[in-house]
Amino acid sequence: MYQFKRLAASAAIGLWATTALAQDSITVAIQLEPPNLDPTGGAAQAIDSVLYANVFEGLTRFDADGAIIRGLAQSWDISADGTVYTFNLAAGVTFHDGTTMDAEDVKFSLDRARAEDSTNAQKGLFAGITDVTVLEPLVVQVTLDQPNGNFLFNMAWGDAVIVAPESIADIASNPIGTGPFTFTDWVQGDRLELTRNADYWGDAPALESATFRFISDPTAAFAAVMAEDVDAFIGFPAPENLPQFEADPRFQVLVGNTEGETILSTNNKMPPFDNVLVRQAVAHAIDRQAIIDGAMFGLGTPIGTHFAPHNPAYVDLLANSPHDPDRARELLAEAGFADGFTTTLKLPPPSYARRGGEIIAAQLRDVGIETEITNLEWAQWIEEVFKNKDFGLSIVSHTEPMDIGIYANPDYYFQYDNPDFQALMEELNATTDPAGRNDLLAKAQTIISEDYVNGYLFELAVATVAKVGVQGLWVNQPTAAVDLTGVSWAE
Amino acid sequence: MIRYALGRLTSLIISLLVASLVIFAVIEVIPGDPAAFMLGVNARPDTIAALRAEMGLDQSIITRYFDWVTGLLQGDFGQSWTYKTPVAELISDRIWVSLPLAIYALILSALIAFPAGIFAASRRGGPGDITIMGATQLGVAIPNFWFAMILVLIFAINLRWFSAGGFPGWGDPLQALKALTLPAIALALPQAAILARVMRSSLLDMLGEDFIRTARAKGLTRRQALWRHAVRNALIPVLTIIGLQFSFLLAGGIIIEQVFFLPGLGRLIFQSISARDLIVVESVVMLLVFTVIVVNFTVDLAYAAVDPRLRAKA
Repeated sequence: MYQFKRLAASAAIGLWATTALAQDSITVAIQLEPPNLDPTGGAAQAIDSVLYANVFEGLTRFDADGAIIRGLAQSWDISADGTVYTFNLAAGVTFHDGTTMDAEDVKFSLDRARAEDSTNAQKGLFAGITDVTVLEPLVVQVTLDQPNGNFLFNMAWGDAVIVAPESIADIASNPIGTGPFTFTDWVQGDRLELTRNADYWGDAPALESATFRFISDPTAAFAAVMAEDVDAFIGFPAPENLPQFEADPRFQVLVGNTEGETILSTNNKMPPFDNVLVRQAVAHAIDRQAIIDGAMFGLGTPIGTHFAPHNPAYVDLLANSPHDPDRARELLAEAGFADGFTTTLKLPPPSYARRGGEIIAAQLRDVGIETEITNLEWAQWIEEVFKNKDFGLSIVSHTEPMDIGIYANPDYYFQYDNPDFQALMEELNATTDPAGRNDLLAKAQTIISEDYVNGYLFELAVATVAKVGVQGLWVNQPTAAVDLTGVSWAE
Repeated sequence: MIRYALGRLTSLIISLLVASLVIFAVIEVIPGDPAAFMLGVNARPDTIAALRAEMGLDQSIITRYFDWVTGLLQGDFGQSWTYKTPVAELISDRIWVSLPLAIYALILSALIAFPAGIFAASRRGGPGDITIMGATQLGVAIPNFWFAMILVLIFAINLRWFSAGGFPGWGDPLQALKALTLPAIALALPQAAILARVMRSSLLDMLGEDFIRTARAKGLTRRQALWRHAVRNALIPVLTIIGLQFSFLLAGGIIIEQVFFLPGLGRLIFQSISARDLIVVESVVMLLVFTVIVVNFTVDLAYAAVDPRLRAKA
């Protein structure tokens, strides 16, 4: 009996004791689980969150501030006419399966992404490539049909990482890259594990291993952090809980910026929004700060155009659309809608849209515009709003970096068709000198701001909650990534 | 008996066929293109077309239905579009969370409900009965996800006895059971409340029966009669309820799995619906329907085995 008691006691200790974590591993939570592990075959940001810079690398990459730095390409030459890029690849790079990474793999990856039957979600990044040639084992030459000032930027995307023909068949479940961490295990629905790559060609990361967990429910996210089940939560989904974490000595809260321009998308071809006066009226009806405070608990930076405020090329155009309900009513009267009108407001799932939608509906009602709110799942939103363009207004955060080019596509869901703007974008694509590009970008921002194409609301912020002692996490999200290469624990 | 069993079997096959048609039809009409969803807002139309072809979505709906059903008949659940792994593999991973969780919750629920129900019945109208019945009212009324959050708040955040969620796998059975404990309690309590009420009323019915009076007349005390004769007979309706609760617990843990971020079948369905991974949704739902239909078939046979009247009717 005594022995049984001892056994029971030791079992109980084993059951209840929390094992002390070794300080060379980390458990990081993100909200969404990647649907699969192929960054070159889907748009899900969660794939990049887990794998970008950790498992896969491209020719170039984004650093923590969004600058384009060297990746597998250690240097490059650009021909005088801007159409031929010659990349010199890093030497001694191997994939996690032991095969060598060389120019053939680069050719394979780029050709695969731009092929006829490619399922790359960002195929547009590769559209200008006409030829990829292997010059030497570590030298590859890419030819473009015209100069493209964005080419090095395009090659930094998670969709442009270098993969190997040997491992491509199983990439969705067993990703083989060249990065500082190797993929170890994925318990679908629960967690994904990475281990340090002992043969990494660059600087070795401080962490020996990392576990990603996927917690979508905001309440569960709060509980997981408070119970210290996770060491860090990147993109914490409930901004209302942040003050509590800030007040707790166990945690640090990092608030950074993203590339997400949150806009009141407006169907420019649907009456009455085909009238610029109406769009301007909507812009004046909106009180951005009330939306940021009410829907995002103060997180977010107001924007006056479709451009990230932290980008050096950003132009502050908030003065074009200050909150002025009287002016909005005047403009509506001038446009022939003195008694207002009714339209649809279709909202995708994120809280910025659902919470923001209620506030915007109230603000629009104040100037006489009635909205019928419909809540949609993402798949429905893509079908109804994005593909069929069956909407008046919607709220979406456009999270792709530097995506002002979408305004040059008249078939894009908000259907803005302005030949001047389209010409400007062509000119921008062909311009490689930075000063010239910034001038053109400033012009582009001004055109869409003064045309009130969409209601420009705010730049989405990203909040990270981490245990005190975790250092080196990205504060900003220049691209969807949880880059663990620089992460360590303070002594 | 054989004719009866064959009759039941025919109806089982017809039910499954109808179920497969209904499931396929209902799920396929959900708006939203799986390929467009996967590729997001920057995808080009030719890329979406290429992915649709890769998924087999370019074929007619009738072809796809027959492919799916013939696959199912051969035990092939198909290939998940988003996870890009066989659906059977996804299910077999998840079932090892959902099934143990359902069983765990059921055991807890019975362990709470039986004593509570018997105690309440044996002290009908007394303070104990009133307290227990009041508590079961509360148990029925409290939503299980809310109760789950309270459990997390107390036992994971404040006392730190448990993790707030997640599942470590069965590599370490103790840790696995521990991870399922709070979710099982959250699932079990509302079920226990219902079960205790059924147990109590069923027992009270039995206590009014003639055979109890006979037992009392033969000299048994009220309590002896209750334990020896009434409880056993009262279990029949209780077991029926338990059977119904089990299918609910297996399929209905979606919200609890969400609160505790458990990788179970419910969460798989939830994720697959929002990602429009229709083949996964169809196959998992079909599996659940199959389970329920087969359980009912077995129960029908068992009833017939114990009750000759049923066999005669067939």
